[in-house]
Amino acid sequence: MIRFEHVSVRYPGSDHAVLSGVDLEIPEGELALVVGRTGSGKSTLLRCVNGLVPHFTGGLLTGRVTVDGRDTRDHRPRDLADVVGWVGQDPLAGFVTDTVEEELAYGMESIGVAPDVMRRRVEEVLDLLGMAGERGRPLVTLSAGQQQRVAIGSVLTPHPRVLVLDEPTSALDPGAAEDVLALLQRLVHDLGVTVLVAEHRLERVVQYADRVVVVPGGGAPVVSGPPAEVMRTAPVAPPVVELGRLAGWSPLPLSVRDARRRARDLSERLSAVRPTHPTSDVVPLAAPVVATASGVVVRYAAPAARPALRGVDLELRAGEVVALMGRNGAGKSTLLSALVGLRRPDSGTVLVQGADPQELAAHDLVRRVGMVPQEPGDLLYADSVAEECRAADGDADAPPGTALAVFADLVPGVDPATHPRDLSEGQRLALALAVVLAGRPPLVLLDEPTRGLDYPGKERLVAVLRGLASAGHAVLLATHDVELAATLTDRTVVLAEGEVVSDGPSREVVVASPAFAPQVAKVLAPQRWLTVAEVAHALRAG
Amino acid sequence: MTTTAPRGVATPAGAAVLRPLRSLHPGAWWLWATGLAAAASRTTNPLLLGLVLAVAGYVVAARRTNAPWSRAYAFYLRMGIVVVGIRVVFAALFGAPVPGHVLVTLPEVTLPDWAAGVRLGGEVTLEGVAGAVYAGLQLATMLACVGAANALANPRRLLRAVPGALYEVGVAVVVALSFTPQLLEGVTRVRAARRLRGRRHSGLRGLRGVAMPVLEGALERSVELAAAMDARGFGRTSTAGLAGQRAGSGAVTLAGLLGVCAGLYGLLDAQSPVALGLPLLSAGAATAAAGLWLGGRRSTRSRYRPDPWGLPEWLVSACGVAAATTAVVASVVSPDAMNPSTSPLVAPTLPLLPVAGLLVAALPAWLAPAPAPDDAA
Repeated sequence: MIRFEHVSVRYPGSDHAVLSGVDLEIPEGELALVVGRTGSGKSTLLRCVNGLVPHFTGGLLTGRVTVDGRDTRDHRPRDLADVVGWVGQDPLAGFVTDTVEEELAYGMESIGVAPDVMRRRVEEVLDLLGMAGERGRPLVTLSAGQQQRVAIGSVLTPHPRVLVLDEPTSALDPGAAEDVLALLQRLVHDLGVTVLVAEHRLERVVQYADRVVVVPGGGAPVVSGPPAEVMRTAPVAPPVVELGRLAGWSPLPLSVRDARRRARDLSERLSAVRPTHPTSDVVPLAAPVVATASGVVVRYAAPAARPALRGVDLELRAGEVVALMGRNGAGKSTLLSALVGLRRPDSGTVLVQGADPQELAAHDLVRRVGMVPQEPGDLLYADSVAEECRAADGDADAPPGTALAVFADLVPGVDPATHPRDLSEGQRLALALAVVLAGRPPLVLLDEPTRGLDYPGKERLVAVLRGLASAGHAVLLATHDVELAATLTDRTVVLAEGEVVSDGPSREVVVASPAFAPQVAKVLAPQRWLTVAEVAHALRAG
Repeated sequence: MTTTAPRGVATPAGAAVLRPLRSLHPGAWWLWATGLAAAASRTTNPLLLGLVLAVAGYVVAARRTNAPWSRAYAFYLRMGIVVVGIRVVFAALFGAPVPGHVLVTLPEVTLPDWAAGVRLGGEVTLEGVAGAVYAGLQLATMLACVGAANALANPRRLLRAVPGALYEVGVAVVVALSFTPQLLEGVTRVRAARRLRGRRHSGLRGLRGVAMPVLEGALERSVELAAAMDARGFGRTSTAGLAGQRAGSGAVTLAGLLGVCAGLYGLLDAQSPVALGLPLLSAGAATAAAGLWLGGRRSTRSRYRPDPWGLPEWLVSACGVAAATTAVVASVVSPDAMNPSTSPLVAPTLPLLPVAGLLVAALPAWLAPAPAPDDAA
């Protein structure tokens, strides 16, 4: 169905090829998962399939890409619209119309499908998405998961034979991600659509894949094959695979269920040991309180009307790392904005080191609380990394070189003359963090820090945040990433509908929750292990 | 979207034609509102203008949905009040002196010789103020008619109804419409981020600091949107369209639209010759339609659930035309009643013919299908 023959891609102004000598064939009706490090060329590979590379992006493509027998050299993306459905990273950015029904019809209108056929297909796809009740809703009012499903539905209506998705679940909470994946499953199983997916959150997708395509980056050859074989050596792997590698299971388990069936021996060996966090120190209750929120209520103006936070109480102590979890729209970001003084609570109080962040002058604020927003790029406006860091030192009255030193520590080897827009997602996050840390704020907040990070990137982030905690900072991060929460945090707070529904040690909170439990916990339940590192530590010790 | 609630299930067939379970074609509302505006343009009689406002307001109240744009009428009314106010203030300060009953005498500034004819301050007469109020009210009423159309018709659905040849223009406008709220959101986000960096957001430097990331973000999003549209088949045209043909259809359309503009001007401007009005408008419309048809043949697009143009649409448009026609006729037959004198000031009378026309224009409050309670479009 999709065939790459000796494909190399080089973007203009770049001295190295993004992809080189790719030979790949994906048969009809398979779900193929594209994995690789950040910046390894996964998106480029996907964009080759519908001709966006090179027709839209420019650049030089050598070799040949054919989809359903059509050569992308002779067919522009619009001429492939009836064969390939392509969904980009941000569904909201790709919406052309403003309501669900019209968005579903848009692609069919473009390729000239007859009106009665359009009408029928819109109804069919509404049922497939399970969104018939939302047909007239404006797209901006949908939840993130619904938006992603509409984006998929909108490219499904022209009945493409191939579906290409770039990180469809990265921005979603675990529940919404399951909905999207269930939809993809149905497309592959019932309709025989060939699906090509790139995803960082392997733990969510790898079990559904028929084939894994590893894009190692740096010009190394692309490897493709059955998941259990390829994952053995892939540079990125979900915890369940790592556990399998550790325990030497063959074939490798890809799902929690596979792993549980293999894990009997391992469970027995581990049953004698009590799990300990290899890196964590227990935060004494006597540690000074850095920030408190008491009875915080935030209401949003119409049309949302319902309160975003209803009476949240929270206390953050020096030296602890706290995960803030919950559905999309549960109020996580709102709580962070209240803590940093961007939103005035309608009632209740927020105190950071005894002061109301709302009342603080901007340059006092940066020395008490720092926040890395969901889009780290929002914090950056200089023309180079060096200038950005210089400005940050000035803003925070820090000695010159502070921010740049932090940045170099986080991601070594980046040229300080680089423009922030040319950094990778992870490097940009590091720069934003460095800028925030220039003021040495005792409270550090992060909103969804792992969106574009691969596993090695996450590991580095974990190390950095742990370091901050041991230096006495309190760290609060809003995240959907259950694996990150398990590895990094001492305490987990779960929000639902603007209320705190659980607050306690991460080990207790996440293991108890089916949605938020990490893979290792699910495999080894009822024992309370959270991460592969813990298991490895225990096995070495025992 | 039209919702198909089980309303009118038991009504007879005739009623089903008149009251279909759908919203009215946005074009019909615009025709109706244009008719009302044309009627208002022919009169400065405050009683008639008040009647136009009342009719438009009543229909809006009866047939608007609860969508965000349905509050447009009140907004335009407020804008009209501002227009009247400005008009009166300017007439009092700078207007040529109108003899009559002096209300108040403002200090007059003596201007040099070269500015002769311009007056600053001086006597403000009742007649002068009345003239300004009449003229301002006329403009305000025409604005309110536009507001009524905005309140009743979803602007985006109107764009969906544009002919195939103008499709690209329509898309550009739709994208621009969604762009503005996104831009505002971007500004809020970046301002928040500036505070996080410990900077104040005031002054020229602050402005630059906000504008650059917002515009960069907007540009990135546009590129993303363009990629998505390309991937979804935007701009697929049949191979039949040759460059010469395109230019030809474009030229015909442009000439026709120019004719329409001139014709509308003739129709709305009371001073221009009659030949410039309706005849030119119809000729222009026909030429433009031909051009659009020629251009539209290249497009291979189809339409999903197009708004039908049925009996209710004809009736609603006809009501607007009736108001405009009666006003035009009355302005020829009884010009004094349509434009009551303000110097000397006489009490305005209510001419029968245009009143009848305007009452007909109120009929859409019953003729148009009622919006469903939760109708968003």
